[in-house]
Amino acid sequence: MASRLEELKDEVRKALPELDMVIAWAAGPDSLSHTPLFITEAADVDRIEWDPRCSQSLAGYLPGLRGKKIGILAKGCDARSIVELLQEKLIDRENVTIFGMHCEGTVDPDKIRSATSCGEGVHSVEIAGGGVKISTGGDACADGETCMVGMEDALMGKCFRCTGADAEPCDHFVGEHGEPPAVSSVPPSTLDMLEAMGFGDRLHFWEEQMDQCIRCYACRSACPLCVCQDQCAAQSREPHWIDQTDNPREKLMFQAMHALHTAGRCTECGECERACPMDLPIMTLKQALNRRIKELFDYEAGKDPEQTPPLFQFREEEEHIKERKW
Amino acid sequence: MVMPAARYIKKDGLMPWLERVAESRLVLAPRRQGKRTVFLPLDPAAGIDLNGLAASSPKQAVLPRSETLLEYTYTKTDEVPSRTGLDVREVIPDRPTLVFGSRPCDAKGFTVFDRVYDAGKKRDVYYCARRENTLVATVACTEPAPTCFCHRVGGGPGETDGSDLLLTELTEGYVVESVTERGEAFLLEQDLPEAGPLVDEARKTREAVRAAMPEGEPLTDAPEHVGALFDDMAFWDEVTAKCLSCGACTYICPTCYCFNITDESKGGKGVRVRTWDNCMSFQFTLEGSGHNPRPTKGHRMRNRVGHKFSYYPKLHDGNLSCVGCGRCIVHCPVSMDIRSIVSKAIACTETAEEQADD
Repeated sequence: MASRLEELKDEVRKALPELDMVIAWAAGPDSLSHTPLFITEAADVDRIEWDPRCSQSLAGYLPGLRGKKIGILAKGCDARSIVELLQEKLIDRENVTIFGMHCEGTVDPDKIRSATSCGEGVHSVEIAGGGVKISTGGDACADGETCMVGMEDALMGKCFRCTGADAEPCDHFVGEHGEPPAVSSVPPSTLDMLEAMGFGDRLHFWEEQMDQCIRCYACRSACPLCVCQDQCAAQSREPHWIDQTDNPREKLMFQAMHALHTAGRCTECGECERACPMDLPIMTLKQALNRRIKELFDYEAGKDPEQTPPLFQFREEEEHIKERKW
Repeated sequence: MVMPAARYIKKDGLMPWLERVAESRLVLAPRRQGKRTVFLPLDPAAGIDLNGLAASSPKQAVLPRSETLLEYTYTKTDEVPSRTGLDVREVIPDRPTLVFGSRPCDAKGFTVFDRVYDAGKKRDVYYCARRENTLVATVACTEPAPTCFCHRVGGGPGETDGSDLLLTELTEGYVVESVTERGEAFLLEQDLPEAGPLVDEARKTREAVRAAMPEGEPLTDAPEHVGALFDDMAFWDEVTAKCLSCGACTYICPTCYCFNITDESKGGKGVRVRTWDNCMSFQFTLEGSGHNPRPTKGHRMRNRVGHKFSYYPKLHDGNLSCVGCGRCIVHCPVSMDIRSIVSKAIACTETAEEQADD
């Protein structure tokens, strides 16, 4: 592992002179998650980290850096966002250099924290032997100062449904390719649960969830495909789509806008849910639309840079939409 | 000197006591919901979670996410059909509340608001009504997290600033000590046994927790350093590069108090609401003309850090408006660390001063 990381650093070091910047991960402030690192000088290459704590996607930074030559570290899911950005011509392939290694799955800091039952008191974390070794400041861990959380118990929700662990395309791939993390069972999907419900129950579910939304728009800011950002219609007063009251339906209206705006584009990278400080299951709304897109257009986002997303084109006849029979 | 009142609650007696308190006032307490702990009205069935720091701060007790300031209705009379009248009803909050399970940093956050919203002649009637009706029962910290830095910004894990009552966790229960007069009056009404010698044990526990916190560079002299960097946009652009410009940090912050006021009309009636606003948002200082004096995230981060570590302390006797809870570090989607921004500001202005002296 360590040597693979050194190899990755070597690749970045070699490519850096030709690039304006390389976006990578470095150790974060709380030992549970890594943080983005923007490298312009060779000295910073040594700070690169690659392990299951690299949960954040770095792809969202790319459109804002258009015109510069950017190197970027990417896991399989991150590369699918990059592909979607390429398809939508929001970034230019010749200006993006992708570095990758096999991803063993990413870990969820909250799952690690709750596994220790000691709140925020995790003092250090080590990824080793198929799990996460945690040291706490107190005596809350079962056997004193350290405890082990199995990888499957710490895995991010999205990793259970990973469709490809390694970046594709990738310009500099280090080490062997591999499969998504092996899991003994996949947790029940929120979408399946909701689709089995009636409309009233579903609305009730979302009203309860949205009641907790603090409207920070972290879901939107973290979304690699939310390109309106500062011009988001959710914050427009004219036209006045959404009011400022604490009504859960107003907040759900924004989530509906976000989901509809990413329909057929969302690669289910999970950034919206990861960023949500209130831990709301908002990716489910996008998954619901993706399910329809798959049925109607047999299309999955982020797979092929040459494809045109279905809602970016018009066909007189759609194979699965029989308007004349309506 | 009269000793403040001190009572004792066994751990299994805590919820029954809170239920009794909830009969006469709203009790806001930390509750586990999914993977997060948030302040919500007490629900005995859902329990309370005093493990660590809640994801949200209890500031909503005095500054709700969205509060109705007034309600209005446009009216028509038959006598003069061409004339439209307006009925306006002021909505002053009057519900007695107990914030239970805040941490010392959260409680100190209330004092940050007080200096702004309850400042002599300038009193915000809505804030003051809530604040006067709200008792704050803080639980001293026993396990500060690595992201905690209260002790570097003038606070501490057992401090009482902003609290009416302070609870200290012992092995089998909590010692409850009164901090303010109204806290004392409330505590004397409660049917709880005297804490007696356990008060000493509680004090020793708090001192031990404080002593065990790793010392860090104090950030209390940050104001002049952060202020000196106001025009150095290269500094702000660099420290803000990875920021996503979302509002998570400000909305979970126990001291961010900026707001927006809008009228939300539906047909002939509506409400004037005051809602949380945040300086990380592009719209925060966007002017009607379309001009924005803070067009980039670097400008906006300068405001967030500047407000907490420079502008506010300059107006309020050196008190920082950061209480060191670390929520913005834990819950930032990209793990921004306000401590390192401030430390960097101090370091680079010190270097600049040394060079100027040479």
